[in-house]
Parts: sequence; C-alpha cells; structure tokens
Amino acid sequence: MSLSATTAPPSPATPPPDVAARRRRGSLLNRLDLKYSPYLYIAPFFLIFGVFGLYPMLRTAWMSLHDWDMIGDKTFIGLDNYTQLLSDDYFWNALVNTFGIFALATIPQLLLALFLANLLNRTMLRAKTFFRMAIFVPNVVSVAAVAIVFGMLFQRDFGLFNWLLSFVGVDQIDWRAQSWSSWTAIATMVNWRWIGYNTLILLAGMQAIPKDLYEAAAIDGAGPWRQFWQITLPMLKPTFLFVVILSTIGGMQLFTEPLLFANGSIIGGNQREFQTLAMYMYEKGIYNLSTAGYGAAVAWAIFMIIVLVSLINFILVRRSAK
Amino acid sequence: MSLTTRRTRMAATALAAVLAAGGLAACGKDDDKPAEGEKPAKLVVDTFGEMGYDELVKQYEQQTGIKVELRKTAQLGEYRPKLVRYLATGKGAADVTALEEGILNEFKANPRNWADLTPLVADHSTEYLPWKWELGKAPDGRLIGLPTDVGSLAVCYRKDLFQAAGLPTERDQVSALWPDWNGFHQTGQKYKQATGKGFIDSITAVSNGVLFQQGTDLFYDQENNVIADSSPAVKAAWETATSMVDISAKASTWSPEWSGGFKQGTFAATFCPSWMLGIVADNSGEANKGKWDVASVPGGSGNWGGSWLAVPEQSKYPKEAAKLAEFLTNATSQVEAFKLKGPLPTNLEALKNEAFLSYTNEYFSNAPTGKIFGESVANIKPIHFGPKHQAVKENAFEPAMRAFENGQASKDKAWEQFTKDAQTQGAF
Repeated sequence: MSLSATTAPPSPATPPPDVAARRRRGSLLNRLDLKYSPYLYIAPFFLIFGVFGLYPMLRTAWMSLHDWDMIGDKTFIGLDNYTQLLSDDYFWNALVNTFGIFALATIPQLLLALFLANLLNRTMLRAKTFFRMAIFVPNVVSVAAVAIVFGMLFQRDFGLFNWLLSFVGVDQIDWRAQSWSSWTAIATMVNWRWIGYNTLILLAGMQAIPKDLYEAAAIDGAGPWRQFWQITLPMLKPTFLFVVILSTIGGMQLFTEPLLFANGSIIGGNQREFQTLAMYMYEKGIYNLSTAGYGAAVAWAIFMIIVLVSLINFILVRRSAK
Repeated sequence: MSLTTRRTRMAATALAAVLAAGGLAACGKDDDKPAEGEKPAKLVVDTFGEMGYDELVKQYEQQTGIKVELRKTAQLGEYRPKLVRYLATGKGAADVTALEEGILNEFKANPRNWADLTPLVADHSTEYLPWKWELGKAPDGRLIGLPTDVGSLAVCYRKDLFQAAGLPTERDQVSALWPDWNGFHQTGQKYKQATGKGFIDSITAVSNGVLFQQGTDLFYDQENNVIADSSPAVKAAWETATSMVDISAKASTWSPEWSGGFKQGTFAATFCPSWMLGIVADNSGEANKGKWDVASVPGGSGNWGGSWLAVPEQSKYPKEAAKLAEFLTNATSQVEAFKLKGPLPTNLEALKNEAFLSYTNEYFSNAPTGKIFGESVANIKPIHFGPKHQAVKENAFEPAMRAFENGQASKDKAWEQFTKDAQTQGAF
C-alpha cells in the first residue's frame, strides 16, 4: 500500500486492504465535503450579491468616470465629475440637509428607543408580548403611506399640527418653507417608523445581559438607576454600535420621506431646504437624463460618506469600550 | 498553499464569474428583427393619464386581427422613468409610445431612439394644427411623433364663490371681466376685498398661463442656448405672475394644500387646460358638482400640455406600429377619444366635427367645453421648447417664484436664484 500525499492519516490498527481502500475513498469524499461544501452553501449569497450588489457598484464607478447620457452619448472624462462635485453648492447643501435630518432623527430616536427598551425589559410589566408587538407596528407600514399621512398632518392650511399649535397661540407654520421646520417634519416620520425597531433590537441586547450581574449589584445596594448606568449601558455597547451604524446607513440614504414631503419635487423645497443626498443623486443621475455620470459620482460620494461615518462610530465605541 | 491565497483565488474566481455573467447579460441583446412583411401577433401601446384609447384599440383589433395591448400609467411622473429605462437598456419599450409636450424635447435630443415615421405613414402634414405637426419633428428632420391632443387654456371658476363676492357668474360676463391680465388682477382684488380669501390658487398657475400664451422662445432660443435671464417671454410671465401675489391663495399646483383647497374653496379660480377639467372635478368632489364653470383665459389663447405618439427604434414591427399610431391619431379616433376621456383633438377635421363642437360638460354647469376649447385651439401660437424645458420650469422657474410668493426671498433674490438654477437645469 503506497501512501500518497492525499490519503488520510494512518489509522492506529491496519485494517484488511479492501476495507482500507473503501475507507480511504470515503474519507477522501469526506474531506472534500468538509473543505469545499461550506463554500457551496454560501455561494448563493455571493452570487446574488455579485449580480445585484457588486456589479451595480462597479458599473456605477465606471459610469462616474464618464460624461454619461442615459439615452445618448458616453464620453470618458476621468475624475472630472468628482472635481466638479467638490465645488458644487447644491451637493454641499444636500450634505448639510442630510446630516441635519440625520441628527434630528437619530439622536431622539435612539434615546427614546433606549428608554422604551428599558421599560419593556422590566420584569413586572404586564402584557409584555403585546407591547413588544405593538411597538413594532409602525415599522411594518409602507414608507409611502407614512410619508403621505405625515405630509397631510404637516400641511400649512388644514394640517393637524398647525391646528393643534393654534391652541397655544402659535401662528400657522409653513413646514416646507424653512430648513428647521422641514427637517423636523421629516425627522418625525423617520422617528415614528424606526423607534419601535430599534427598541426591539436594544431589548434583545438587554436580555442577553446575565441576570446575576443585576442581582450582585442589588445586593451591593445599587438602585435601578445606577444599575442602568453601570451595567445595562456598558454591556449594551455592541448592540448600540449595530443600531447606530444601521441608522447611519438609513439616514444617509433618506429619500422617500423627503421626496413625498416635497409633493414629488426632486429639488426638495423651493430653495432646496430639505433635498437630501439621495434626492440629489436621483436629480442628477435619473431625472436629468444627460448627467447620469455625475449622478453616479454623487452615489459614490454617498458610499464614501457612509463608510467614513461608520468607521468613526466604530472607533468611538471601541475606544470607549476599552 | 496558504489559506489567504486560496481565499483570494476563490474570491477572484467568484468575481470573474459574476463579471462574466454581467457581460453575457449585456451582450444578450436580440437582433432578431422579423422578416419583411411578417404580420405581428401583438402590438403594445404605452400611454399615461387617460388618453381615451380603450375602445379604439378594440376596433383596431377587429379590423386588422392584430392583438393590441394597452399599457396605461396613471401619472407622467411614473411614466417617464419607465420610458427612460426602456430606452437606456434597449428593451421593453412599447411599439407605440405616447410622449408628452414637456418631455418630448429631451427625447428629441436623441432622435436615434425613435423610428422615422415619414416613410412609414401617408403624408398627413396638412391635416393637423401646423405648429403641433412641426413639433413632432426632431432637429435632424425625422418625424418622430404623430399629434394626439393639445391642452389649450381656459379659466375654471367657482360660481357660488363669485356670487358671494358680488361678481357676475355667467360665463360670458365673467370672460368679459378680464380681457387682459390687468382685468384679471382687478377682479381678483375685488374678490379679495369682499371675502378676504385668495382668488387664484398660486402665482405659478398665472405664470403658466402667461408663458404658454407667448408664442415665442421661452427658456431657450432657436439654437437651444439657455436664454432664461434675457428672454422677454419669461420676463413677462415673471412680472405678471409676481404682481399677483396679493390675490394668491399660495397653494402650489399638485400640493396637498392645492388639492384640499378645491373642496375647501380656498381659491375661486384656476387655469384649466382641457385635461385639467377632470382633475378639478375629482379634487372638488361630487358635492361641488355644478358649482364650477369655464370662462376664457385673459390675454388670448395659449396651450398647456398635449402629446404625440412615437415608435421606438427598438420596436420589432415599426411599420405596423406606425400604422396603429396613424389610426389612433386620425380625425374619427380623436373625436372618439375626446368623448370618452376629454383629450382635445389636434386634427383639423376633428376640430370641426359636429359631435365634438356640441359636447357639453355636465360637471362644469354644462359648459360647452367642446366649443370653448375648440375655438381657442385655432388661435394657439406655437412655442419653441428647448431640450430641458420641463426641468428649467419645474426645478428653477417655479421654485424661485414660490420662494418669493411665500416671502422666503425678495423679488430680486428670487430672480437671481432662478437665473442661476436655469443654467444648471438647462444644460444638456
């Protein structure tokens, strides 16, 4: 019996030749199976990602190097689109709007989600499952429906919010006419939709914290407030990072809510008060047929910004965890 | 072999496979045009809004034995991106495609996407409104669209609100109130004094009216240079519209304030191309039936909207598709479509048709809309739209005007905003 490089390691007792051969063949299949089938199992994801994720990304990168007319000529112009982007006032305006809405949407949203998750985590709460389900309902509603309903609530003439504000003596607000008011309105839609979702994720994170930590703290005389600050919050950091990064991605790609709030106008307000980056990308890349290449450059700029913001988040959370 | 290199190799193989798949898909364009004279099993027609072709395509099926599929999209805003996708990918476009006035120009900028209809249909150049026929031609001389309808222009007004303000309500008397825009402004001021409410929905509605009456170059000159800051027509529309800010209800067209305003009576008049009548009726609801009426527009005829039928180059049956477009735009068909859904004919014979001229609209106090719009059609002066007319109007002109209307910017600042944006929006 010759031992080639591919055979299995020698077994302690030498079996009869035919049995050995069979076992060798079996173990070869076995090893192939061990080595390669995991790749086979994950292959569908990578194939789909490749076709619908990677390929469009590379294609967009390629487009961004061209003066690209969607239904006409395409000329290679190198990095001109990106240089132009840096001095484009409306791009920076969209960036400021996006971050403004992002701040108004994310900070209160995560604080409130944390508060609600802590409330739902209490052991003495009745009908827990009902509340946990109920809080998720806004997330199931279609974003277009949310935007249309809130668009009506924030109407100038017959809107509910202006009607309510009139009782406390506030004059009619044209919500779409200033940055602060339009950002608030859009952030309200985002908050309404995503607070429940984030609450559930944070709640799951809280439930993974070992109970004995709390018991030990209680024996040492720590009240609920102190337990929250010194056990729940530090232990929740990885979950928090996850939630923050997801909110960042969502916030940077904000599109439907501001678009419908603007009654479908892609410039978002008379003076672009609430045009987000994604809307600007659409304006240049799809609405204006002849500037698709420039739109692709905006798309890549959004991608870079998301990567950058996520990295900053990651570093901040990791450093404070040390 | 180390683990890392193996991983890299796996990744590279996967990447190569993906790129190959993408490449294959890109190469998969089918060039299998059918043999000459082969009869198509089915033709597809793409329309937006309501063009009134439902019955006509059934007739055509019976006459020719070719099945016709009518694909309707409710709004132009959804229709345009779909059409762009069909043209950009070279796949999926209908054999006959409706192109609206505002988007026609940007598609004309790349005429190669459209079949030249001149050799495919008989010569109809004298049968339609001459300017409408001319607009269907691309800069390189190809005929890419056969005329369907025009919008024309009229004023819709609320009789009950007029009466409450002590204004006349009969349509002829109302028309006599405003022979020109000055008269319109004065009537509005009287209304405002009597009721304290806005008279017209918004100043952009006024600017649309003025713009479309000019009959000259608007945002572009004949060579398609952007002339937004020096165009007399644009300046006229700007001045007339901004002067009427005192009688405006500040409800911009298509906004929730606007559609809600019809029911609430926040304004007493708005500008109505004939396709707008249905929208006014829908927004006002059954409760306000008979309260609206139609009067003539101040300052002479104008046109807002209207479409053409074109055949995309990618159609497998350009000849048969052109025949179908020819059928849908002939005089009889245009009258049929008008009776069904209201698009105003452009065929000269259809415009003289008795059934068309005697038509009255029940919702609008039985106004003889066929006669009102039909008469105004003859006086429409052709307008030269540039390639990005719609983008300049929607994303530069009107936003600046609204910023002024809402008090967000002074008149000078708003004009500055418009001329700056017009350059970026108008570039092509």
